Amino acid sequence: MTEILGVPIAVLSGQLLLGIINGSFYALLSLGLAVIFGLLKIINFAHGAMYMLGAMVTVIMFDVMGINYWVALFLAPVVVGCFGMLIEYFLLRRIAGQDHIYSLLLTFGVALMIQGILTNIYGVSGMRYSMPEIFKGGFRLDFMYLPYYRAWIICVALVVCFGTWFMIEKTKLGAYLRAGTEDSQLMQGFGINVPLLVSLTYGFGVMLAAFAGVLAAPVYSVNPVMGSNILIVVFAVVVIGGMGSIAGAIITGLLMGVIEGFTKVFYPEFSSAVIFLVMVIVLLIRPSGLFGKEA
Amino acid sequence: MTITKKLLTSAVASALLVGAAQAEISDDTIKIGYLADMSGTYRDLAGPNGEAALRMAIEDFGGKVNGAKIEVLTADDRNNPDQSSSTVRRWLEDDKVDLVAGLVASSVTIAVTKLLDGSDTLGIVSGSAASSITNEHCTPNHIHYVYDTYPLANGTAKAVVQEGGKSWYILTADYAFGHALEGDVTRVVEENGGEVIDTARHPFPTSDFSSYILQAQSSGADVVALANAGADTTNAITTAGEFGLTQSGQTLAALLLFLTDVHALGAETAQGIQLTTGWYWDLNDETREWSDRFMEETGVRPTMVHAGIYSSAMQYLNAVKETGSDKASDVRKQMMATPINDMFAKNGTIREDGRMVHDMYLAEVKTPEESESEWDLYEILRTIPGDEAYRPLSESKCSLVSSN
Repeated sequence: MTEILGVPIAVLSGQLLLGIINGSFYALLSLGLAVIFGLLKIINFAHGAMYMLGAMVTVIMFDVMGINYWVALFLAPVVVGCFGMLIEYFLLRRIAGQDHIYSLLLTFGVALMIQGILTNIYGVSGMRYSMPEIFKGGFRLDFMYLPYYRAWIICVALVVCFGTWFMIEKTKLGAYLRAGTEDSQLMQGFGINVPLLVSLTYGFGVMLAAFAGVLAAPVYSVNPVMGSNILIVVFAVVVIGGMGSIAGAIITGLLMGVIEGFTKVFYPEFSSAVIFLVMVIVLLIRPSGLFGKEA
Repeated sequence: MTITKKLLTSAVASALLVGAAQAEISDDTIKIGYLADMSGTYRDLAGPNGEAALRMAIEDFGGKVNGAKIEVLTADDRNNPDQSSSTVRRWLEDDKVDLVAGLVASSVTIAVTKLLDGSDTLGIVSGSAASSITNEHCTPNHIHYVYDTYPLANGTAKAVVQEGGKSWYILTADYAFGHALEGDVTRVVEENGGEVIDTARHPFPTSDFSSYILQAQSSGADVVALANAGADTTNAITTAGEFGLTQSGQTLAALLLFLTDVHALGAETAQGIQLTTGWYWDLNDETREWSDRFMEETGVRPTMVHAGIYSSAMQYLNAVKETGSDKASDVRKQMMATPINDMFAKNGTIREDGRMVHDMYLAEVKTPEESESEWDLYEILRTIPGDEAYRPLSESKCSLVSSN
């Protein structure tokens, strides 16, 4: 069998695929961050908490009301998105136009509060959520066993990522959004309700995070601290991609998933640090990120 | 041999008691600092409910020992040795804490016990697993109470090798505890005629294990062993199930599983997993009675760590009562001289290296059909006698062991 650095190609192909799957999570999460930062200039440190809420709401809705996965896939992001809009309306709006650091601190505080309250209620051991019946089993590929659910993750994540990019960059609604944040007074003069647009944008970014949370519920341990572990990585992804670049966030997310995946084979001890190494290198060479516009 | 040793220890201890009669409890207060993960991955196995167990012990003592009141200080270790060291330094210097209890992540414990070494404060380690805590990292200022990686390996790994799992792939949490467990497992596997063909060390914590499970699958090993804990273990078990690890003929061995982990996984997912535990709530009437009390306080069944925190606090307070002193060296000697017979252990003894030796249990997770209630999760397969379970003193690298 052909090998690269002592590792069979078959193993590497498997890792490449898994890297893309993990990368789709990073892409979905960093996409939400990039939308919120790119359009609203808010550094949303509550993004990990929103991801966690998406997963927790899915599990709780199932336990309490028996709401199944397919409904949750739609309903949980809406619930969490509305919650995000409340945060925007009651808190973030009050510090609009201030330095970025204010939004960072505010959202970080909100995240800690949500996380702390849920930890007190549910503990951290994690909640049970079974895989929907239809996803039990998997494809037996030449080089690996691919569970159906992981294949589903890639497909749905890519569709949502592309859809978001298309909506913001190519549609009229996206144009309004971009214009509204560029020059809100002028847009208001044209009769567009900019504050509502801002709330909706924040809610949409939060929905993306919650959507990733629902996707994660059947495969990862669902607990109140699950978001804090992934948040920093996702921020690194956004920084590497270029703050605010929508396409950059998606491509970098996938790329980082793959790089991390390979590191898990060749030097697993370093796998949690490799993304930050990439970030350092990128910042040294291209301070505005891979896809960022020069400031 | 052991009898003479025990006699000698008790003789020495009684001699010391005479000396200790003049000893006093400093500032007329027994201060217990409870240090544990209160908010992170290891919260549920010790955490706030461990503090509840500690307070149950104090309550059973009427809040006072020899007229001195008992106070509890609590801190979150955040699984961070540096932060924990500065907490404990403050406890030693400003608060004059007499006992540090809890102690969960092994890296935190090793850092904290180094600080305690040479002070008048005792540490009782209930949550940590690394067997190095009473081996190369032993100090005269601490006791390791509930379990360690040596019996975990001796119990689970031995049973699995004897059932025919000869080649092993170990997935290790990349810090002190994981390394200790990996080392102990490798030794047991090799001693029993098996072989460790590969290991992978994953960062702590890791949420996605698919990459490691895939590597484990392609390694072709008979057994895939998890030398990690908490959410890392439950995540790895879930992913292994998803990728059909056991269906393809490999055995999955979780070396450290707490009751709270199994409860989180549920009998459906966790059924059939063998594990080694230092205690189980449903062992006998005594354990059930205490667990009912604990459940009234906390709403959940206790883990072995919760029970150990209660038991060790009772032992500590009894020793303070007997010696009339809160000096670490006096109390530790008294505790070493007193066999432990309570709801946690029968004939448990604390050795000179600080290891509390007691019986361990090899258990199997029940199937959903066998499990009669939410917390009815283990079937005890075998009791492993303490002497057989723990590292013998003859193999010890601890400088306190007289033969060294």
